[in-house]
Amino acid sequence: MVKQNPKIEISDLKVRYDDVHAINGISFDILENEIFGIIGPAQSGKTTLLKVINRTIDFSPEARVTGRVKVDGKDVMRVGNVYALRRKIGMVSPLPVGLPLSIYDNVAFAPRMAGIRERSQLDELVEKCLHQAALWDEVKDRLHSLGTKLSGGQQQRLTIARALSHEPEILCLDEFSIAIDPVTTMKIEDVLKQLRSKMTVILVTNLVQQARRLADRTAFMMNGELVEVGSNDVIFSDNPANRKTYEYVNGIFG
Amino acid sequence: MGRGRLEIIAESLIEWVIRLCGISAIIFIFAIFLFVFKEGAEFLFNELDLTEFFFSKEWYPTSGYNKRYGVLALIVGTGSVTILAMLIAVPFGLGAAVFISEFCGPRLKESLKILIELLAAIPSVVWGFIGLTVINQLIIHVFNAPVGLNILNGGIILALMSVPIIVSIGEDALKAVPDSYREAAVAMGATRWQLIRRVLLPAAKNGLLAAALLGVGRAVGETMAVLMATGHSVNMPNSVLDSVRTLTATIAAELGEAPVNSDHYQVLFIIGLLLFSITFVVNMTADLIVRGVRKK
Amino acid sequence: MSSVESKSNPKGSGVRRFAESAGIRRKFRQEAMVKWLLAGATGMMLVPLILIIAYLVFKALPILSVGFLLDNPVKGMREGGVWAPFVGTMYLIVISLAIAAPIGVLAAVYLNEYAREGWFTRIINLAVINLAGVPSIVHALFGLGAFVLFAGLGRSVLAASLTLAIMTLPVIIASTKEALASVPMSFRQACWNVGATRWQTIRHIVLPNSISGILTGIILQVSRAAGETAPIMFTGAVFFKKVQQGDMFPYGLLDQCMALSMHLFTISTQVPGVPMELPYGTAVVLLATVLLVNICSIVLRVYLRSRKKW
Repeated sequence: MVKQNPKIEISDLKVRYDDVHAINGISFDILENEIFGIIGPAQSGKTTLLKVINRTIDFSPEARVTGRVKVDGKDVMRVGNVYALRRKIGMVSPLPVGLPLSIYDNVAFAPRMAGIRERSQLDELVEKCLHQAALWDEVKDRLHSLGTKLSGGQQQRLTIARALSHEPEILCLDEFSIAIDPVTTMKIEDVLKQLRSKMTVILVTNLVQQARRLADRTAFMMNGELVEVGSNDVIFSDNPANRKTYEYVNGIFG
Repeated sequence: MGRGRLEIIAESLIEWVIRLCGISAIIFIFAIFLFVFKEGAEFLFNELDLTEFFFSKEWYPTSGYNKRYGVLALIVGTGSVTILAMLIAVPFGLGAAVFISEFCGPRLKESLKILIELLAAIPSVVWGFIGLTVINQLIIHVFNAPVGLNILNGGIILALMSVPIIVSIGEDALKAVPDSYREAAVAMGATRWQLIRRVLLPAAKNGLLAAALLGVGRAVGETMAVLMATGHSVNMPNSVLDSVRTLTATIAAELGEAPVNSDHYQVLFIIGLLLFSITFVVNMTADLIVRGVRKK
Repeated sequence: MSSVESKSNPKGSGVRRFAESAGIRRKFRQEAMVKWLLAGATGMMLVPLILIIAYLVFKALPILSVGFLLDNPVKGMREGGVWAPFVGTMYLIVISLAIAAPIGVLAAVYLNEYAREGWFTRIINLAVINLAGVPSIVHALFGLGAFVLFAGLGRSVLAASLTLAIMTLPVIIASTKEALASVPMSFRQACWNVGATRWQTIRHIVLPNSISGILTGIILQVSRAAGETAPIMFTGAVFFKKVQQGDMFPYGLLDQCMALSMHLFTISTQVPGVPMELPYGTAVVLLATVLLVNICSIVLRVYLRSRKKW
């Protein structure tokens, strides 16, 4: 593989909620245009990590963050314009969230908030994002009906379309397949394969096989600590560096 | 990037406006205390004899040679009307709360709640007018009394006025009792009455107490209705058919005639301060009790 | 609760057979009695309400007409209609609403969207509760001290409206807060995730989706402002003010005004020799105004709830 530049550099990151340690000093890089898998049992700090990366950790006032997360070489905890940072990052949450707006407005929401007003430009963007999220064919005739009335699987793809609507450089998916059916999951996985090499994708998942299928490299986290990070050939082989990785990947515990 | 800066400045500007509005309640509650205190302070510290104020029955603020400012009769007036009102309103209000929360289907429940909302909406001056006309006549006929404007009249009116708040807070308290309690009791073969008496009332005790307290707060502070319905005579009552005057009614009736900054005027503000303190304590207590419930 | 009802309501035939013994039959009788007793308690509050309103309307019937609403009080308020006080009440409603609604809504936004759990927020909430509990006559004293004398507004529409606004503020704050809290957190997170600012989120997602609850609170404010007497007695409302027949906007901001509630108090207690149907008519107009506003709020709430977007 060609040597890639790091997109996100995490060094000695610690996050504490009051007296609960969510992340306990982790360091690794996420490279440009790769699909980076993060696996690990519940409570291992995966979601918290994503919240630090796009600074929505700000909305949990009890959280204390130390250490450093750099996106494009800039420390996220020190950026002046968090909104610009968040627009650089698309975020897909575990449960599908259709905003109580029309399908069209759901996707056009972020561009509008960023100041794009021109109708033709918005039309184009909405169509492009819905195509990218493999939802266009299903909704093209009812763009102005409510996004909240779509099925769960459709709403999750709508969420992805919205996450793509501000043309992010990084797309984070947090256990996106928890609440949707296997068919939709496969559709979204196809979407991710097409995004590979167009943007950096961080795929947090509780399905080990999903990371194995999609990711280029994968990190295994547990209890707020990084157990191991490496290319999929190593992590999912019979002898990864850490015994625990082998046990988790093969379902011996977890 | 220009847009970004503007965005951030606009955002923090809006945030400050919102913060300011957020603390408005604190500002106003302090302002109310300060201004009421300020108008009465001079007299309160210099001339007012607090023992006389609280323990004398003699309220002669406009007497030519010997002005006396004893509010005991007014406190007794407020107290007697409030107690009578609560004696009527608490059982009825809590009974209605239990009925609405435990015995009604959703449709009837919704309709009853709307009716109670409307009951709460009737202005106090209309209640006063009802006391002055309808209930006045009723009392004269039923009790053969010379006048019907008395404690009984005020109590009935105040009861009707405080019932809505008692019902709605009481119903909230009952709603907060987990359904699992009900199911467990019913599973053990309890009748609905046993369920209410042995399970719901103890579990919702604090909330119901708070409901009653808020009713008291409402009744103590009510002005126009009692001004019109209680007969407006400064008097230590012997029975519920005696006329009285309350603290609130005294302010409403006399403030218009008291020259600004006169002793009389200042004493009326001191009475206002007293009322403020009473309702403050009642509301704080009710809130503490409700919070106690939530913590559990 | 309905599940409990079906379990504890032994109508099934199996249960019926089980209920043969005398003790259990007594239990059933007791059950029925409790139910009727409580229903009676509820009825005892509501039946008088309906009877009293019916009685008021009946007594007012001879005088109620469009003319009664549109004519001014004349001959020392012993004849004529209620136009001048009615317009005064409208003035007080609109101006107090214009002051209280933005402050109240934004205060609720602060409490629900910005404030962190902690002692400071707790104090604000206590202040709201206490503000709601301050007796109306104390608000009157405050209005007199602060607006009429200290701010130098004199007894005026403006001073009275300010007093009413502060008095009704907690109503708006409480109901708006409840409405905002009903918007799911996930909507906010979704907006923040795509780079929307806090205010953009509130403005485009939270407020539009809690509008029914907010409107309900605002309408309740209107109904309270319409009915209050004590707070305006010493701050702006007067017994009588001459108004030209047909004048739609008879008061300036710094003028004194008449008000329906005050008018009812005046003609029923302060003026001797008023024909009885006059106060009855005034009471009915006031009551109708307030109840109409409340019914609007209820209808609106039901309607908007039926087209909830999620």
